[in-house]
Amino acid sequence: MDIFTQQLINGLVVGSVYALVALGYTMVYGILELINFAHGEVTMIGAMVALMVIGALLGVAPDMPGLMVFAGGLLVAVPACMALGFAIEKIAYRPLRHAPRLAPLITAIGVSIVLQNLAMLIWGRQYISFPPLLPQGRHEFLGAHVTDTQIIIFVTALIVMAGLWLLVERTRLGRAMRATAQSREVAQLMGVNVDRVIAATFIIGSGLAALAGVLVSAYYGLAHYYMGFMLGLKAFSAAVLGGIGNIAGAMLGGLLLGVIEALGAGYIGDLTGGFLGSHYQDVFAFFVLILVLVLRPSGLLGERVANRA
Amino acid sequence: MNLSKLALSLVALACAGLLAACGEKPGGSGDVIRIGSVSPLTGPQTHIGKDNENGARLAVDEINAKGLELGGKKVKLELLSEDDQAEPKTATIVAQKLVDAGVVAVIGHLNSGTTIPASKIYLDAGIPQISPSATAVKYTAQGYKTAYRVMANDAQQGKALGQYAVTKLSAKKIAVIDDRTAYGQGLADEFEKAAKTAGGEIVAREYTDDRKTDFTAILTTIKGKTPDLIFFGGMDPQGGPMAQQMKRLGLTAKLLGGDGLQNINFLKLAGADAEGVIASSPGLPIDAMPGGADFRKRFEARFGPIQVYAPYAYDAVNVLAEAMKRANSAEPAKVLAELPKTSHQGVTGPVTFDAKGDTMAGAVTLYEARGGAWVVLETVK
Repeated sequence: MDIFTQQLINGLVVGSVYALVALGYTMVYGILELINFAHGEVTMIGAMVALMVIGALLGVAPDMPGLMVFAGGLLVAVPACMALGFAIEKIAYRPLRHAPRLAPLITAIGVSIVLQNLAMLIWGRQYISFPPLLPQGRHEFLGAHVTDTQIIIFVTALIVMAGLWLLVERTRLGRAMRATAQSREVAQLMGVNVDRVIAATFIIGSGLAALAGVLVSAYYGLAHYYMGFMLGLKAFSAAVLGGIGNIAGAMLGGLLLGVIEALGAGYIGDLTGGFLGSHYQDVFAFFVLILVLVLRPSGLLGERVANRA
Repeated sequence: MNLSKLALSLVALACAGLLAACGEKPGGSGDVIRIGSVSPLTGPQTHIGKDNENGARLAVDEINAKGLELGGKKVKLELLSEDDQAEPKTATIVAQKLVDAGVVAVIGHLNSGTTIPASKIYLDAGIPQISPSATAVKYTAQGYKTAYRVMANDAQQGKALGQYAVTKLSAKKIAVIDDRTAYGQGLADEFEKAAKTAGGEIVAREYTDDRKTDFTAILTTIKGKTPDLIFFGGMDPQGGPMAQQMKRLGLTAKLLGGDGLQNINFLKLAGADAEGVIASSPGLPIDAMPGGADFRKRFEARFGPIQVYAPYAYDAVNVLAEAMKRANSAEPAKVLAELPKTSHQGVTGPVTFDAKGDTMAGAVTLYEARGGAWVVLETVK
């Protein structure tokens, strides 16, 4: 078996989830210059809502095919999180639109804590197991193992990212988003309904987050009220790595970060002769974050400001 | 409301407060003796933490129902439960909080990583600490006269696991993973020593932490070294996904773990991939414990299924209460003088302490996951 290929595949799958979440950070930052720290919790809420629906569906119709049950969970979780994203923007951020930048940042942290504790109250503090609904088949690929679940996650993420790209580049709403990102005031003068564009950005980002949350908990077979924290932090690092505010950058950053982590954790022990072990896995994400901030503060693709959306 | 009314109501409030305080003061008809219980009540290990608290609570309530008399006065035990979040930092904070609240003894903590730093605070305060479930060797090896435990330690457990892996499971190439907690690392170290002594070869030593769910990177590295067996020193929230990811990566090595995996939650989290996983637990299986079946009935009637350590927390409270009875006092110094003489017939078996405060009845039982349940393989002494 080829270890390197296997690590690469592992990294790409996790990276595609990071990318989905990173998109939410980057879109909001592009338009509002706000880092929405509650975004990680939205992924968690997505997973929890989907689990609730899946549990109910399995209770009513235990013979329903796994993929259908999974789709059912997604179909409720994504709109629920879209509504949540809309509500967060309306309640927590809109009243602070013209406040100093520190105020919405602190609010974001507050929203994140509120959501985490709400989830703890509603769904409990235990790890909840995610039933194996996705096909579990295993394939040989270039000497490594790929499971159907991994393929589904990766392909879904790519399709959704392509869809988002089209939306931003080819539709009226996308053009309005790009215009708002460049200058809120001028966009408003040109007749763009800025409030609606900002709401749409939150709704789309939260939908992506919900999808990512469901995919990641299906992948690891569990969900937990705390799961959004680390995922959010990693995705934020990915967004910064790619150049925060830049959509292609978030996708690239997510995939890259996943691969860096997998290869780092896989090889550091052998490369340093056991001096540094695989427990430094998380360090890579943040080491990369620091490196980028020091050497290239605008991120890998950060200089193309016109592409911000 | 005018000023005089406000003043009047304030005075009334103050009086009510004073009256309430009077009711709690010792010297009334029923003296209250406070015992602390510490375990994680938030975070990933909540289910096990709550289990410990419930075990202790059951014992306290039963002792109160029977009536406890010390120094000729009827007394009542009160359990103050604190949450250490399985965090060493928080553990010392809540330990100090309990000491300040005037507890005469502490049952806890759950994890070794929290028990060890907190033990210094209890030593300084001079109050006995009985941990139901901390198994790291270091806890009682510090030479603290206040530190006791009612469960076999990691040296006993790791040794049994290491020997079992090599002799009974005939594993030759072994990979070891631990979660970098005092418990996980301690157990993995003891396992590694015993496995090497028995003639096994350690081909990989990898690490994770007690919050992670992704182990594909380290498992892939391990797979490249083709071990027959993977030992994991850690808890079920990590062990469950680990078992799943092993299958997904096509790893055929057997997964072996300690008492952190040997619980219901692991079976739930690993699902079908739990099949064939072997894990140990100190002591006897609950139903083979002298008072096990009866304990299960009483416990489950109040709190639902036993997770894992509840019987040990229950015994710890009873050991403490007996020491108080022998001392005929709840004064910590007097209770501490009596604890070494403990010879308690508990739910988990006989409890007697050696000079360090470790339990002498250090049996370890091995279980295998079969068809969604833990099946007893054998008990080694």
